[in-house]
Amino acid sequence: MSDTDNWKIWEVFVRSKNGLSHKHVGSLHAPDAEVALKNARDVYTRRSEGNSVWVVPSEAITASAPEDKEALFTPADDKVYRHPTFYEIPDDVGHI
Amino acid sequence: METINFEERFQEYVHSEQKVEPKHWMPEPYRKTLIRQISQHAHSEVVGMLPEANWISRAPSLRRKVALLAKVQDEAGHGLYLYSAAETLGADRADLVGDLLSGKAKYSSIFNYPTRSWADIGAIGWLVDGAAIANQVMLCRTSYGPYARAMVRICKEESFHQRQGYEIMLALCKGTKEQKEMAQDALNRWWWPSLMMFGPTDKESTNSAQSMNWKIKRKSNDELRQEFIDKTVPQAEFLGLTIPDEQLEWDEKTGHYRFGPIDWEEFYHVLKGNGPCNKERLEARNKAHDDGRWVREAANAFAKKTQERKGEHSAA
Amino acid sequence: MENPLLSYTLFLADNSLITGQRLSEWCGHGPILEQDIALSNIALDHLGQARMLLQYAAEQKGEGWTEDRLAYFRDEKNFRNLLMTELPKGDWGYTVMRAFLYDTYHFYEMTSLLQSKDKQLRAIAQKAIKEIRYHAQWSAEWVIRLGDGTEESHQRIKRSLVELWPFTGEFFETDEAASGLNANGIAPSYTHIRTQWNAKVEEVLALATLERPADGWMQSGGRKGAHTEHMGYLLAEMQHIPRSYPDAQW
Repeated sequence: MSDTDNWKIWEVFVRSKNGLSHKHVGSLHAPDAEVALKNARDVYTRRSEGNSVWVVPSEAITASAPEDKEALFTPADDKVYRHPTFYEIPDDVGHI
Repeated sequence: METINFEERFQEYVHSEQKVEPKHWMPEPYRKTLIRQISQHAHSEVVGMLPEANWISRAPSLRRKVALLAKVQDEAGHGLYLYSAAETLGADRADLVGDLLSGKAKYSSIFNYPTRSWADIGAIGWLVDGAAIANQVMLCRTSYGPYARAMVRICKEESFHQRQGYEIMLALCKGTKEQKEMAQDALNRWWWPSLMMFGPTDKESTNSAQSMNWKIKRKSNDELRQEFIDKTVPQAEFLGLTIPDEQLEWDEKTGHYRFGPIDWEEFYHVLKGNGPCNKERLEARNKAHDDGRWVREAANAFAKKTQERKGEHSAA
Repeated sequence: MENPLLSYTLFLADNSLITGQRLSEWCGHGPILEQDIALSNIALDHLGQARMLLQYAAEQKGEGWTEDRLAYFRDEKNFRNLLMTELPKGDWGYTVMRAFLYDTYHFYEMTSLLQSKDKQLRAIAQKAIKEIRYHAQWSAEWVIRLGDGTEESHQRIKRSLVELWPFTGEFFETDEAASGLNANGIAPSYTHIRTQWNAKVEEVLALATLERPADGWMQSGGRKGAHTEHMGYLLAEMQHIPRSYPDAQW
């Protein structure tokens, strides 16, 4: 397979309506940003799902990688104080 | 020692209904199984465009024409979502497509049958998409995150496909004598291949147990097939069509339909490449790929030139 | 003789219908999935526009005419589309070049129709203009990309340009009916569209490193129903089911 005809991968983010943030919806192949953006519209917003689209070359994304295998499947629930239910509030106070 | 430990923990992890994501550690066979399954699924979507696209130019009304074109286009989209999911596992789309084009990779055998009349477009939407949806709904809960997410998207879009097909069948069955005959003939030809889409029986299916254990598959081939039959028989009755199975019978005790034996010999023949259209389908895909090479190359060359010009510009 | 507004509506409708029919032939056969999807989208837009226009034409014709009867039961000589739209799809470059030449024209035509005195045509133009602007952008970008891509792509698209050029003259022809409609503020001035089209085409071709061919002999006839040999096959394929079963509903 020749390499000259492979298009690089882009990640696609779509904002479905104003007030929401862009959300990752998938990826596609394109030779440049212009084509990627047009393709993203055709591929991921065929049913008018989005009003704003971002495309980012996949290679430009740095992802956190769990380096320690041990940490991999350990749920991140040891910092219980980060969760609202950690704090006891009497029901009488109402919704907080 | 350590590997065994991790595989056990992986097993526990998926059994507690948690999703596996791209950067997670996973057993190599899990990754390989997924790449194979997802890419086969992608190939099926893409090859599956051909028998239906065959009728876009001949659709008998403009409403039917746009619906069919939109549906076949969706399938291209679904193929693309699935290739994307496979790529998160470290596969390269070019390699996966290469395997399809060389005949090494498999795709759903159903698409190796010809679409002979307009009614086939109805039957495919109703039966083939119906069978595919049964499988895809299950896969929305598959253990690999990107695959599950692609499936959720696909299922949302597929909902119109089956209705599109059934509506075609309805119009034919309410129509002239010739139209009704056309519909019955299509059902006769697509019924058994649709049942085969769920794959070999559980007894014969070698990969099934492992896939179930990894929560890639959530239901067995036979379970899915039975569900499909139970759902589809009343729909055929509503159309006034006869399902081509003399042994088909409602079983009060089990609450399911009993059905006649499937011709697995035919299934394996088509799988091996002896179906009526295997050759045409692969040729069409190869032609599209070869004819498109200069276009893909030109777009890359242009992107490179533009990049270089930008570089010169900012340097100046 | 048909009334001028009906003729003109059918001219617009048939251009969209035949363009949509030809573009949809790419579905399943595009150079890469992403572009397969892109072109099907564009084909769907054209077919959608064709339906709106044919519905309007059917309304004008009355007497049980429908969009489908107009699409499936008219003979070749009653189709008014431009000859360029019916030519076989060729390679991807040919499709892209044809799309560019036609989309650019279509864009200025529809932009003018936004001002039409005819309420229905104006409404259709308003609905379609966003899509058409996108088509014109898409095809112009691809002409540039292929023209300025590789040596092979340059040669191919250059050849397509030369082959298609003689079919561009027909874009701007006006007959008596059309000039009447123009005088009434219903149809645009095609002389004006020609000026806009020329400027845009020259700009894009220059970016694509392509030379604009000289205006030589131009093909003509589509508007009057005198078509190329390709049209018969296109219609035979498109119309054969409804014509084989004239009493059937689908």
